[in-house]
Amino acid sequence: MFQLISAEEAAAMIKPHSRIALGGFLAVGTPETILDAIVEAGINNLHIIAITSDYIGKGIGKLVDAHLVKSVQVSHMGTNKNIQDQVNSGEIQSELIPQGTLMERVRAFGAGLGGVLTPTGLGTIVAEGKQIINVDGKDYLLEPAIASDFALIRAHKADKAGNLIYRKTARNGNPVMAMAGKITIAEVDEILEDEYIDPEAVITPGVFVNYIVLSKEGRK
Amino acid sequence: MTNDKRTHIGKRVAQELLDGDYVNLGIGLPTEAANHIPEGRKVVFQSENGIMGVGPAPAEGQEDKDMINAGGGYITAVPGASFFDSATSFAIIRGKHIDVTVLGALQVDQEGNLANWMIPGKLIPGMGGAMDLVTGAKKVIVAMEHCDKHGNPKILKKCNLPLTAPHCVNLIITEMAVIEVTPQGLLLKEITEGYTLEEVLKATEAELIVPDSLK
Repeated sequence: MFQLISAEEAAAMIKPHSRIALGGFLAVGTPETILDAIVEAGINNLHIIAITSDYIGKGIGKLVDAHLVKSVQVSHMGTNKNIQDQVNSGEIQSELIPQGTLMERVRAFGAGLGGVLTPTGLGTIVAEGKQIINVDGKDYLLEPAIASDFALIRAHKADKAGNLIYRKTARNGNPVMAMAGKITIAEVDEILEDEYIDPEAVITPGVFVNYIVLSKEGRK
Repeated sequence: MTNDKRTHIGKRVAQELLDGDYVNLGIGLPTEAANHIPEGRKVVFQSENGIMGVGPAPAEGQEDKDMINAGGGYITAVPGASFFDSATSFAIIRGKHIDVTVLGALQVDQEGNLANWMIPGKLIPGMGGAMDLVTGAKKVIVAMEHCDKHGNPKILKKCNLPLTAPHCVNLIITEMAVIEVTPQGLLLKEITEGYTLEEVLKATEAELIVPDSLK
């Protein structure tokens, strides 16, 4: 069952060199309150797994701006000049991964699988050095699971069982990342006090959620 | 690109989107097609960050910060829309549940190979969802200007930039022409009014199969 903690307590759990699966897409659905606390605590040499690299000053951009990131696995970083500069200068090591493959590799780790077989990337530089496996006459790339120590995600509401629902396209990678953290910390707008989320409507079952942090962001 | 070219390409792409199709439009020029769907035709647009049923951009002041498309632009949802996580979104894409994807290109060649994500030695923004989209969609349409900004052909005998995927393109729509990728090679289907066959051939490095009707 989850524990309610402060963003500062969340940041204190994260150590340098931690591998973090970070929810969000172009800084929508990113856990900004927790990220602020990590910047404040100055936890460095982080490895970040995320779909996009957000923007300067937002999402993963906050960590990059503060030079806290050592390596990234992302599908896109065209929207953040600072991460591009740090990749070009060698400060950040990067692996670019097709978005669907990234999601499945993260999901695989959370689901206890060693990896996935995908046709995406066959015949391109993504396939270099990777094993090709033929199933029923079709070729697939063997893409290994991506491990993470922490998942930091952003949801809309939690109930007292830790079940989560999201808001619109702020759902994005969050439910997938939530499965993959050895420790999953969810930042939410509110924890329902008097009711539970309809079990039919739960998106992330509370079993995946270890800690909850109340967001300082205003939501309309 | 001039607005005329943009509108022409958008309108021509829209003709390829059929009633009942689930469609993913790439960032930039391809999104123009959404503005030209004929009245009464039901086309459902996906955005790969996690929505099926993308509606028009919201009126100024009505933006919701949790409602964006994969390009980061604010969107609305149409009645019947659904939200889903990114793994489900790419299950839809990779699992051949998208009827048509429309993307831009740096290069396309006569085998239907596509290069649209990286120029070696330059900044590499990342492939995002492009590799999954062209691998998984039932039909891949490239919508682009016929030549690059220096006037060099983009429809080549062989792509020399790193590929997004091999043998994935079905149709190429430019301001000058519509070209189908067939097992025999590139078939010139249409020449836009105002252009001649000679102009199209000169702007195209790849060999084109020209039917008698266009000679």
